[in-house]
Amino acid sequence: MPHKTFLAFILPAVIAMLLFIALPIVSVIVQSLYVEHEQVLEEVENCGPFGCTTEVRVDAEATAALKSADPLGRFNGLGTFFNRSHLAVSEIGVILADNDGLGDIAARIYNLPFYKALLFTLSYTFIVTPLGMILGFLIALSVNSVSQVLKGPVIFFSLLPMIITPLIGSLILFWMINSQGILGSALQALFNDPTLSLKASTPLTWLTLFVYGVWTAAPFSFVVFYAGLQTVPGDTLESAMIDGASRWERVRYVIIPHLGPLATFVALVQLMDNFRVFEPIVGFSAEANATSLSWLVFNDLQGESTQLFGSAAATSLLTIAGVIVLLSPVLVRTWREFSNKA
Amino acid sequence: MSGTSMIARRRSRTLATVSTLFLITWLIVAAFPFLWTVWGSFKVESDFFSRESWLNALFGVYTEMQTGAPFTGDGYYGAWITRDFWRAVVNTAIVTLCVTVISLTIGTLGGYALARSGHRYAFWILIAALVFRAMPHITLVSGYLLPFFELNIWGHLATSIVVLVAINQPFTLWMLHSFFLSIPKDLDESAMVDGCTRFQAFRWVVIPVMWPGVITTGLFSFLLAYNDFAVTAMLLSQDNQTMVPKISSFLGSIQEQGNVMFAVAAVVSATAPLFLLVMFFQRQIVSGLTAGAVKG
Repeated sequence: MPHKTFLAFILPAVIAMLLFIALPIVSVIVQSLYVEHEQVLEEVENCGPFGCTTEVRVDAEATAALKSADPLGRFNGLGTFFNRSHLAVSEIGVILADNDGLGDIAARIYNLPFYKALLFTLSYTFIVTPLGMILGFLIALSVNSVSQVLKGPVIFFSLLPMIITPLIGSLILFWMINSQGILGSALQALFNDPTLSLKASTPLTWLTLFVYGVWTAAPFSFVVFYAGLQTVPGDTLESAMIDGASRWERVRYVIIPHLGPLATFVALVQLMDNFRVFEPIVGFSAEANATSLSWLVFNDLQGESTQLFGSAAATSLLTIAGVIVLLSPVLVRTWREFSNKA
Repeated sequence: MSGTSMIARRRSRTLATVSTLFLITWLIVAAFPFLWTVWGSFKVESDFFSRESWLNALFGVYTEMQTGAPFTGDGYYGAWITRDFWRAVVNTAIVTLCVTVISLTIGTLGGYALARSGHRYAFWILIAALVFRAMPHITLVSGYLLPFFELNIWGHLATSIVVLVAINQPFTLWMLHSFFLSIPKDLDESAMVDGCTRFQAFRWVVIPVMWPGVITTGLFSFLLAYNDFAVTAMLLSQDNQTMVPKISSFLGSIQEQGNVMFAVAAVVSATAPLFLLVMFFQRQIVSGLTAGAVKG
């Protein structure tokens, strides 16, 4: 296809992506170098019957004027990246210099907001992705052996947790695990502890979020693996059977190797999706015990009058760096394949 | 019959039982939350969130006491009429329809070009799209807010539509690119030998056969726009809110009596279209999910 025709066809899509994906990344980079204006202070003299006192107060008008004249704020260089809410370089220096052993270091670093969110995001990504894939694979194996008539309805119900709006799905589960909801009260009865609440402690909140994550991630793996199972060569399976391979051995030595490439694809998509975990934290009101990188950005932007654009931008850039690290094996492999082909 | 084959048969029967039990458990885990919430949305708060017994939610003891019937539509009335949820429904309809149509139009053209161009830059565009696909949406939102405030385009439906179309492009391009690869090149090339321009060949030869792929991709564009929270929650003003941010703003005022049931009713209302979508397009959704995987 000549360059000109190609350009004519692809231009709208490329413009949309440049304007609303590439340019915002530039905007994030610029914003991250700035920080909100300091409030303008003024000295006011209050004179009453007992003499005059001076007090310092915020000049709201001048602050607003400064903000509208220069909405980006003042230049801060890389300051935001290294402050306490982000990489917290000096805090970590202090912790490393003076501590009571490894446990203390870990606990104190975990108390820094960025590292807390990073730890949860990574744990969520690397726990939910494999568990969701395993569950999806098991569902695919069992659906594959039910009768043809039942397959349609079974697939229909299995798709629901994936297709549901993440915020809505997490709300539905949240209401059920509420201590007055059906699952919450069932758990209280089961453990004979009327004060048991999944919201109360950090480990239980994490566990709840992981369970939600696996619930909503499994159907995707299921569908892809199920489709893959339909393409397993029948001859190979049959000859394995004749050779006396048990069901497990057939799964282990025929089916799993056949699904290998699919698993890489599923893992890639799921890693990308799980890394941006955000809605369940809002839906489960879990922010006291679990925060993610995306949630930190959301929280900075949500403030009614004081949106912390600089802080949000810095967290966003660190998140994007995380995405690129996560994707790098795939990018390198694709690049190698492509240059081998060329 | 030899002993080993009997053991093998018994073992395979055990395995079949285990596999069936596992499947039944999964189906309950997958479907029960929805059925329970749909049922509960017709009860009053003191039944659905019962302090006494979960059986109240089943039989609606307080619902009967408070409203005189075992089922009540109060939650729906409160959400749709009192709290103007219908407005959010209309907004969602506008946003999802526009996003799907615009995404598909420009995505089809782009995906076709990528599938038919052998040049190196086509590969780079696809790689860039893959990286863009991985960007958490909220990080992009933090890039939009300040410029949108300055340009005075924050809060409008049109702004959100354009943003969602753009965010949707990487996925649409990948999907349609791999779909167009499956349409034989000879088809449009022979039309061009017969004197068509590239665009005429696209219009008269490719468009008539592309609908299965376009419908499948459209379903996913629809889902992206419908399920979005990050973009619509941050970029829409109060009046223009779509369903998902509207539901989350119900939760802000959760302390008031009865408000939780508004949220439950709204959640069920927002889930219903997704149910219908899966019911009617199950095959397309399954084939769409697998298309990228099996070919890629």
